[in-house]
Amino acid sequence: MSIDARAIRKDFPLLSPDRAGGPVVYLDSAASSQRPRAVLDAMDDYYTTTHANVHRGVYAIAEEATRRYEAARVAVGRFVGAPKPATEIVFTKNVTEAINLVAYTWARRELRRGDVVLVSEIEHHANLVPWLMLAEERGIELRYVPLGTDYHLDLSDLDRLVDGARLVAVSAASNVLGTVVDLEPIVAAARRAGALVLADGAQLVPHRPVDLGSIGVDFFGFTGHKMLGPTGIGVLWAREELLDAMPPFLGGGEMIRDVRVDGFTTNDLPWKFEAGTPPIAEAIGLGAAVEYLDAIGLERVHEHEAALATYALDRLRDAYGDEITIFGPEPDPQRRSGVISFSFAGVHPHDVAQVLDTRGICVRAGHHCAKPLMRCLGVGATTRASLYLYNDEEDVDALVDGLAEVRDLFA
Amino acid sequence: MSGLEDLYREIILDHYRSPRNRGELPAPPAHRVEGFNPLCGDEIVVFLDVVDGVVVDLKISGQGCSISQSSASMMSAAVKGRSVEEARGLVRSFKAMMSIHEAQLGAEDGDDGPGAATPVIAPDDLGELAALQGVVKFPVRIKCATLSWNTLVQGLDELEAARA
Ligand SMILES: Cc1ncc(COP(=O)(O)O)c(C=O)c1O
Repeated sequence: MSIDARAIRKDFPLLSPDRAGGPVVYLDSAASSQRPRAVLDAMDDYYTTTHANVHRGVYAIAEEATRRYEAARVAVGRFVGAPKPATEIVFTKNVTEAINLVAYTWARRELRRGDVVLVSEIEHHANLVPWLMLAEERGIELRYVPLGTDYHLDLSDLDRLVDGARLVAVSAASNVLGTVVDLEPIVAAARRAGALVLADGAQLVPHRPVDLGSIGVDFFGFTGHKMLGPTGIGVLWAREELLDAMPPFLGGGEMIRDVRVDGFTTNDLPWKFEAGTPPIAEAIGLGAAVEYLDAIGLERVHEHEAALATYALDRLRDAYGDEITIFGPEPDPQRRSGVISFSFAGVHPHDVAQVLDTRGICVRAGHHCAKPLMRCLGVGATTRASLYLYNDEEDVDALVDGLAEVRDLFA
Repeated sequence: MSGLEDLYREIILDHYRSPRNRGELPAPPAHRVEGFNPLCGDEIVVFLDVVDGVVVDLKISGQGCSISQSSASMMSAAVKGRSVEEARGLVRSFKAMMSIHEAQLGAEDGDDGPGAATPVIAPDDLGELAALQGVVKFPVRIKCATLSWNTLVQGLDELEAARA
């Protein structure tokens, strides 16, 4: 059964036609999604009925807080098919912190001068700068899988690129192009070369089913606010034996088993990586978000977005032909998402977004934290519209109509 | 609700479509200075030819939105032929119009005595530049409008430092 986006929008206070300040056409979910009332209620209920610190109190409301926090971990882990959700799901602040956690712990223990980390030209700065920092700090070598002319990664030279690599760190889906990366051949090549694989799942997990038990990566990160959850919560997943062998990240309460004046021992997984009081309400909110998504079914979300992306690409091309350049792969339900970046009629993205804003249409203008990719594309910035389960053809039509005003004003 | 007309005045669109003083000057003898807006990746290059304390020529290259491009174009027209002191006065007046006051500008002049904040040129006399006033209602775009002006100041400062 297909998704009724109009009915779904009723669950999202910000998307109400009665929103104070006027209704919005929200086409920026790749930057951050909106959240349903169920998520806000779960967080509210925690604060109003059972807030206490976790893993400490012996009294009832503290036990309940701990129960909800740990239940959220398991729910989030199951949502992505983590084989051992209770121990392998580490809560972080966002995916940026998840990737940095790997860079600061695993990589700083394992990587020496001259070791190779293979990334790609489409990476978000979150999966680039931590490795550039390591390159500065200890002289690791960064290599880049190039972007192909079809806006997919060009894997033709992969075996040579991966030769000698210790880690392959790639996006599972691009936040600019809408490219969904085919991880299978990358994982296979990394295995042959003896490298581990980290995938940045920020743009994948919100939009289609993920099964960490079978995709073969070693580290995987994603971020709550792009998948209907609150800000301030993200996830690092890694195989248990890897997490076990990694040194801790931040030091403090919660992550220790024992502390003496001359040293400490670390706590069990996953708390070893969760120093200090965690974002309890946010974790509970993320738990409610995955419950909401599960009830709808990610397979349906995926189908809905794929169909809508095809509709949007067709309409934009029909309406504007050569005036619009779309930076992304052709419609393809398996290999393309609902992220649509474009340049339009020679008008700067800032101006496009500004005019659309006056019609209540929210799109992103800029480099989308992917400056090396912008250089590949030969532009300073793009306009990006991104789709999610609550968008429908009306939203796309509003975008197409709004662009006509942009053209009239600037052409 | 729009307000779009406030932002995109006809004169702004005119400077955007037909920018004045666009191009490059051989540097040296001209001074070349680059400015970036890290928010949007816009970049601007200002070429300054200052002789005996007068901006005898200046050219602008780079890429950006209509606001940053038209502001740069208007700036080039307003500054060309003026003395460095007058140019700095224009910058102050322009920034005041953008609701950016000396305190936020950081130590720009060194001798910030009483009256240093008084614009050398009254906002009313800013001519075409007054068309950019509408940008104030769109706070994100103030950075676009001031990019070329900050770059100009940086260039003038560098020239002065080189002479000192
Ligand atoms: C592919 C990708 N990676 C990483 C990030 C960073 O996410 P966060 O800011 O939540 O850490 C984003 C989103 O901005 C993204 O799209």
